[in-house]
Amino acid sequence: MKYVDEFRDPKAVEALSREIHHITHHPWTIMEVCGGQTHSIVRYGLDRLLPPEITLIHGPGCPVCVTPIELIDTACELAKLPDVILCSFGDMLRVPGTHEDLLKVKAQGGDVRIVYSPLDAVAIAQANPSHQIVIFAVGFETTAPAQAMAILQAQRMELHNFFVLVAHVLVPPAMEALLSSPENRIQGFLAAGHVCTIMGYDIYQPISKKFQVPIVVTGFEPVDILEGVKMVVHQLEEGRSVVENQYARSVRLAGNLDAQKVIDEVFEPSSRIWRGIGNIPKSGLQLRPAFAQFDALQHFHNRIHLTDSTTSPSSECQSGRILQGLMKPADCHAFGTRCTPDHPLGAPMVSSEGACAAYFQYRPSKVAQL
Amino acid sequence: MSQNYSLEPQCPLPLASDDTIRLAHGGGGRLMQQLIHEIFLKAFSNSYLNALQDSAVLPAQDGRLAMTTDSYVVQPLFFPGGDIGSLAVHGTINDLAMMGASPRYLSAGFILEEGLPIATLKQVVSSMAKTAQDCGVHIVCGDTKVVDRGKGDQIFINTTGLGVIPSSVDIGPHRLTPGDRIIVSGDLGAHGMAVLSQREGLEFSGDLRSDSAPLHHVVTDLLQQDISIHCMRDLTRGGLASALNELATAVQRPMTIEEPRIPISEPVRGACEILGLDPLYVANEGRFAIFLPHEHVDEALSILHRHAVSQEATDIGEIGVTESTPPQALVTLQTQYGTHRILDLLSGEQLPRIC
Repeated sequence: MKYVDEFRDPKAVEALSREIHHITHHPWTIMEVCGGQTHSIVRYGLDRLLPPEITLIHGPGCPVCVTPIELIDTACELAKLPDVILCSFGDMLRVPGTHEDLLKVKAQGGDVRIVYSPLDAVAIAQANPSHQIVIFAVGFETTAPAQAMAILQAQRMELHNFFVLVAHVLVPPAMEALLSSPENRIQGFLAAGHVCTIMGYDIYQPISKKFQVPIVVTGFEPVDILEGVKMVVHQLEEGRSVVENQYARSVRLAGNLDAQKVIDEVFEPSSRIWRGIGNIPKSGLQLRPAFAQFDALQHFHNRIHLTDSTTSPSSECQSGRILQGLMKPADCHAFGTRCTPDHPLGAPMVSSEGACAAYFQYRPSKVAQL
Repeated sequence: MSQNYSLEPQCPLPLASDDTIRLAHGGGGRLMQQLIHEIFLKAFSNSYLNALQDSAVLPAQDGRLAMTTDSYVVQPLFFPGGDIGSLAVHGTINDLAMMGASPRYLSAGFILEEGLPIATLKQVVSSMAKTAQDCGVHIVCGDTKVVDRGKGDQIFINTTGLGVIPSSVDIGPHRLTPGDRIIVSGDLGAHGMAVLSQREGLEFSGDLRSDSAPLHHVVTDLLQQDISIHCMRDLTRGGLASALNELATAVQRPMTIEEPRIPISEPVRGACEILGLDPLYVANEGRFAIFLPHEHVDEALSILHRHAVSQEATDIGEIGVTESTPPQALVTLQTQYGTHRILDLLSGEQLPRIC
């Protein structure tokens, strides 16, 4: 498959692994930010091709994992309203809220539909004028432009039955929050390639400078990831810390200006709670006042009642420490025993991009020795 | 469960093809008789069915009988490479073939939703009849029920199959042996991805067609050529990964397969990449895995390659030796980089990812 096979080429992977071994002289801890990268690393066993001095820790870049439980509860309550069709990306459906997940609400009669693009939800709104359509807008900067386009399209079509439950989050503020933590161990970052395709990577220059940390914009295939690791290690060994771009086939310095313009037209930054991490200033998006008519929270606030929205996730769940890269999934006592994809204690065990789910799927603890 | 298909002298108006199924079509009265005669009997006609008794009476068979049942609820009803009718025949025949049985007879139970266009039913039934004829099996008994609109999804079909296992054949998990090789009969994931992309209106470049096909001809050929097949599994729901896990657990033996050897077509790989799905868990309807001794692999492959349904058959791995106690019945996948990962059962359905 073109554009994929060349980045999974075993010879290139072997050569990169050799090079990394050759240039590594000190222990380094590197975080890959994006859940898609985590998934690739665990799926292909890429961490096992690295010298023992290098520790990869898995970052918070799984939008499903960091969506606060209150918003999942809200989505469930909205989906229960008889006149509401709740549209969501597939992997949100299994994430546990306080009492239930969207799959359970669907089984009990809620109209929950999987969409592949926010524009699908606009089409559903158009086709169902007697229903209220809510799209659960989850994701990083990557999915925000399509979401903004959907809102603009609904506005142009004068749809009055299209609403958005906004749960968008932004990556750079989260990286800054992690680096500012007293427990921080991160010495270098693989930045999330697709986020940078939209936003560019100029935005990382001040972070790299302020925290003296190398940041390499990295893709998702095995060759991309190993090349990203090599570039970070190179900088670390030479005592440099700059922003570099491994994913040049997709990412430009300034990013996709059209996409940024659309995001900026519809959304503005807001503070946001990250599940398992806490409140991070300016790390989320909210609708600008001109688009308030599409805000599901405003429109439905009289009709939904959250029973106990302050319930914290299972006290046994270590997802906060895992999302911050402070521990690995297999180090959690509940991993694979009391917490499995069938009975998840936290979101990282649910989403296909969650670190715990990736470890469980590819490396259940019973065979960690493999 | 069987219907009383007794003939009554009458002269009903023919069923108009633009008409729709009504509750009365399942009510036992004239409309139901009309449906049976004009659609089912016309299409499936054979001496066992035409007798219209409470049960079909079949001749005694020479050998052990294999019996299986499966229900088909696919949406959309028609998809590239097949439809619910052909699927309902292939699926049940293949379950028989996996035991080394030669499929002979099928039953056909229909649950129809009120409002279903009769033209749609005719199309499905005619596809079923043609598929059964091509496969050399008779549909010998049937049943029809109609449910209120909204309580079904157009058409559900259940087929039960009867087949005969030759006396020399002994196939099943009990014969799996450490060192057995694992062959898959062709490229994986085409059925699931064709149905998904049709249902969701996703457009992918390349030809995504269901692999739905009967497997009994190639199985018969393998058995006639004295290939010592230990076990077979068709790779339907849950795909290759789930089938291997079920067998590994059943016999408490580990299995290892090599990722680069597993045949997956470019369109399926592309569609799975985009949606974040793993083709090893995607359903097939015309693919199976064969477990057999190492020394039979070459000959088996040359026979498989002569049949259109198994032209891409490939040896992908083997059953391992259990050294640990308790035995670990894990399925391990070796990547193209020599690293290993576990191929586990999924918690539920695969869900498309966000980005």
